[in-house]
Amino acid sequence: MYRTFLAGASLAALCAGGAAAQTEITWWHAMGGELGTKLEEIVQGYNDSQDQFEVSPVYKGTYTETMTAAISAFRAGEQPDIVQVFEVGTGTMMAAQGAIYPVYELMEDTGQSFDPEAYLPAVVGYYTDTDGNMLSMPFNSSTPILYYNKAVFEEAGLDPEQPPETWSEVEEASRRIMESGAAECGFTSGWISWIQLENFSAWHDLPIGTQQNGFGGIDPDLTMNGETQVRHWNNLAEWQEAGLFRYGGPGGGDDAPPAFYAGECAMYMNSSASRAGVMANTDFEVGFGMLPHYDDVEGAPQNSIIGGATLWVLRGQSDEEYTGVADFFDYLSSAEVQADWHQFSGYLPITEAAYELSRDQGYYDENPGADTAIEQITLNAPTENSKGLRFGNYVQIRNVIDEEFQNLLSGDKTAQEALDSLVERGNQLIDDFAQANG
Amino acid sequence: MVENRPLLTLLAHLALIAGVAVVAFPVYLAFVASTHPSSAFLSGTLPLVPGDHMGETYSRMLFSGVSTSGAPPLWLMMTNSLIMALSIAIGKIAISILSAFAIVYFRFPCRALAFWMIFVTLMLPVEVRIVPTFEVVANLGMLDTYAGLSIPLIASATATFLFRQFFLTVPDELVEAARIDGAGPMRFFRDMLLPLSRTNMAALFVILFIYGWNQYLWPLLVTTDESQYTIVMGIKRLANVADADPQWNNVMATVILAMVPPVLVVIGMQKLFVKGLVEQEK
Amino acid sequence: MQTKRTIFHNRWLPYLLLAPQLAITVIFFLWPAAQAVRQSFLREDAFGLKTEFVGLGNYLRLFSDPSYLNAFQVTAVFAVSVAALSMGLALLLAVAVDRVLRANQSYTTLLVWPYAVAPAVAGVLWWFLFNPTIGILPYALEQLGYDWNHNLDGTDAMILVVIAASWKQISYNFLFFVAGLQAIPQSLREAAAIDGAGPVERFFTVVFPLLSPTTFFLLVINVTYTMFETFAVIDAATEGGPSQATNILVYKVYRDGFVSLNLGSSAAQSVILMFIVIALTFVQFRWIERRVQY
Repeated sequence: MYRTFLAGASLAALCAGGAAAQTEITWWHAMGGELGTKLEEIVQGYNDSQDQFEVSPVYKGTYTETMTAAISAFRAGEQPDIVQVFEVGTGTMMAAQGAIYPVYELMEDTGQSFDPEAYLPAVVGYYTDTDGNMLSMPFNSSTPILYYNKAVFEEAGLDPEQPPETWSEVEEASRRIMESGAAECGFTSGWISWIQLENFSAWHDLPIGTQQNGFGGIDPDLTMNGETQVRHWNNLAEWQEAGLFRYGGPGGGDDAPPAFYAGECAMYMNSSASRAGVMANTDFEVGFGMLPHYDDVEGAPQNSIIGGATLWVLRGQSDEEYTGVADFFDYLSSAEVQADWHQFSGYLPITEAAYELSRDQGYYDENPGADTAIEQITLNAPTENSKGLRFGNYVQIRNVIDEEFQNLLSGDKTAQEALDSLVERGNQLIDDFAQANG
Repeated sequence: MVENRPLLTLLAHLALIAGVAVVAFPVYLAFVASTHPSSAFLSGTLPLVPGDHMGETYSRMLFSGVSTSGAPPLWLMMTNSLIMALSIAIGKIAISILSAFAIVYFRFPCRALAFWMIFVTLMLPVEVRIVPTFEVVANLGMLDTYAGLSIPLIASATATFLFRQFFLTVPDELVEAARIDGAGPMRFFRDMLLPLSRTNMAALFVILFIYGWNQYLWPLLVTTDESQYTIVMGIKRLANVADADPQWNNVMATVILAMVPPVLVVIGMQKLFVKGLVEQEK
Repeated sequence: MQTKRTIFHNRWLPYLLLAPQLAITVIFFLWPAAQAVRQSFLREDAFGLKTEFVGLGNYLRLFSDPSYLNAFQVTAVFAVSVAALSMGLALLLAVAVDRVLRANQSYTTLLVWPYAVAPAVAGVLWWFLFNPTIGILPYALEQLGYDWNHNLDGTDAMILVVIAASWKQISYNFLFFVAGLQAIPQSLREAAAIDGAGPVERFFTVVFPLLSPTTFFLLVINVTYTMFETFAVIDAATEGGPSQATNILVYKVYRDGFVSLNLGSSAAQSVILMFIVIALTFVQFRWIERRVQY
């Protein structure tokens, strides 16, 4: 009952006039910090643009928290209209056919114009069903890139305009940096599972599961314990031992960004959407590069895959609210809004129009490196191994990846043991999912 | 004292001072952190003396909050915590004293059964039956309400026990006297038992208020609406910010504000609190 | 069960008086507990759209699951460590306070307030102090040559949650030890002193044995506390990590139920926990009855 009141003092003041007549649309999201501020600004823009609907965004914590909160709420009949679910939750959401309102259907039912062709193929491919229908609304898609501290590079006698391209260059640069005392550690990384395993595999054109990384069926097997993945994890463990690499923690790796911001680690791999945070929190010049690869692996570099989240619409609301949701989605995917969001946050421009608009506005000329992510994701035409991944219970598998990586770094397991155990445990979770949803 | 050993006494003082220091140390640092601007934490060294941003941080947190971290103004969360803590404390005392009265002063069929049913609640902390309890509350439409926040936590075996034991110590002559005066059970309850239980109720109140204020998991689950957030659960929202550093100054200001009310209650009502605590477990 | 000799007679009043308590007990305790039992025999998808009866499947899975057995072990280590640390320090402080009669009250005030601090707050406080980037303690430990990393080292993580949970619990134990010490007749200590026993010897031969009922009681309370009420400490400080090194039973129920949405398994774990609680409560109850009846 306090919802209207709650959206915050500023909002309360704004809707004091005709709040009663508006249809309220609740949107649970996981964008904290700078991104959250921008998201609220975008929503404010929509609310100001018309007076029929009122979207109220609610920050629900991390991606995992947001998704599980929405599912619990659905079971209790208290679900929001829109929930932002990260890419690895896609398998779970898709299987819940009675709970979700596919976006293509929503747009059709409400008569909203909607053209899936307008979206970047790299983005759309991740979120369509086997018939090519779009089930959720792409909103924030990103891909991991390399950030580096130019000042430290210079101090260590490295070329600040030349980011390392291969893992051996990363290793060498890290050693130089540490030996010269320019920084305490070479590199750190957010999202171990996403960056150092899933994207790593796509980037080297290696599968992480059977059945086209899970796109082809509900009961695939994981295969991420391949030779190259083992080699990479083994290297990471050695580099961590030597201090070249610093572990940033499980999940998104909360301790990684501060280590880069404070100048302790010279390089930092994280989502292109970390750009906003990097820009806001660093006072040194930042360089951008693509993810490193092993140059002796055939097919590398291939292309990286996306992460981030899409917006899912949940069943059980009134038609009026769905009309509002469709209208809001139309607003969200407009080139202006998307270009603005992309330029601010570092998320990919998800429509061709937004990409073109940004280019026309001269954004990439003024901000060198801002298009690194787009170049990287479109570097080559996606193969079966680099289109993305879709497994049930993948949220839980992500936790298993973190746990096994911790086992590796703490010396309890070798890279081979950790990845074997990861595959075994992950397959069990996929089986469970297939059984519960079969 | 058995004998005078100044050295031992000195040691005792030293141990106590060390104990007090260890106990206070984390809170002192939290306070210090809350008085610095957020930029002070990027350099990688924690300041050890208070900074000069105290007023600014606290007034911002209290009156505007940080909406992008899902934190409404703290005064709102503190009000919710207060309502929840008071409802739980008063509710528990009220229903417990009534049932203890029934169990001690009446004999009726199924008395033992009733007693055991209440006792069972002691056995099942909310954490172990969290999923089904959440569903019950949801089915009753009590998510995002003060009732949903407090009522499921109200049933309490411990408070019933405390009153039961206390009533057992009340002399039987009082009941006889009341009977001679022609007073019915409810009048006896109101005129005799309630006044006699005053200290016990107050002592229990202190304990239960703290219990209610400090609830964490339950509010985290049953509130989805920011207007219902309590301050203890709000800390978690503030501390976990995706893709960014926690705003330590904001987090720590919230930590301090979350502990001030219950700590004040304990210190201000120390005698009652100690009595309540020690008696409760008898 | 004890009652008064003199009682009131009324056919319906006692039921009316009991009604609120019983209603809440049935709706929010017994019913959900029954639901947990039912759910523990089912397999369901996350959204609750498909349900299937699996018999004892969830239980069998649990007992062949290394991570569940690990949670038992972690819980035991955690409970024993917290009980030992918080009771040991509390006893030390209580004995010290018992010696310094005059300043006794002020010390007590300065020591009891952490009782009022929410477990979640305690968790956040220590998580902050041990933060690898800005925390003061890893910095201090590094100076001493110890490389602290609770994100990777399970032992470090366990130490972190043990400290956070004990810090809060010291005040509670302290109050009970003080009360226990004050209940020991002065004459006994004097008698021992006359026999020539020094303060340390006196403590171990006279004082500590007399405190043993209090100690035993506190042990049960502390174990119950660490098993169930430290949920928030774990959640705020380590979230059960690294690699489940601090994943205690209660936390696992929550994680598997609310985060992993594996409701069947979570419910089966709830049921097992209920049995553990019943056993613990039984011990506690024996204690309560004894204290009441002397």
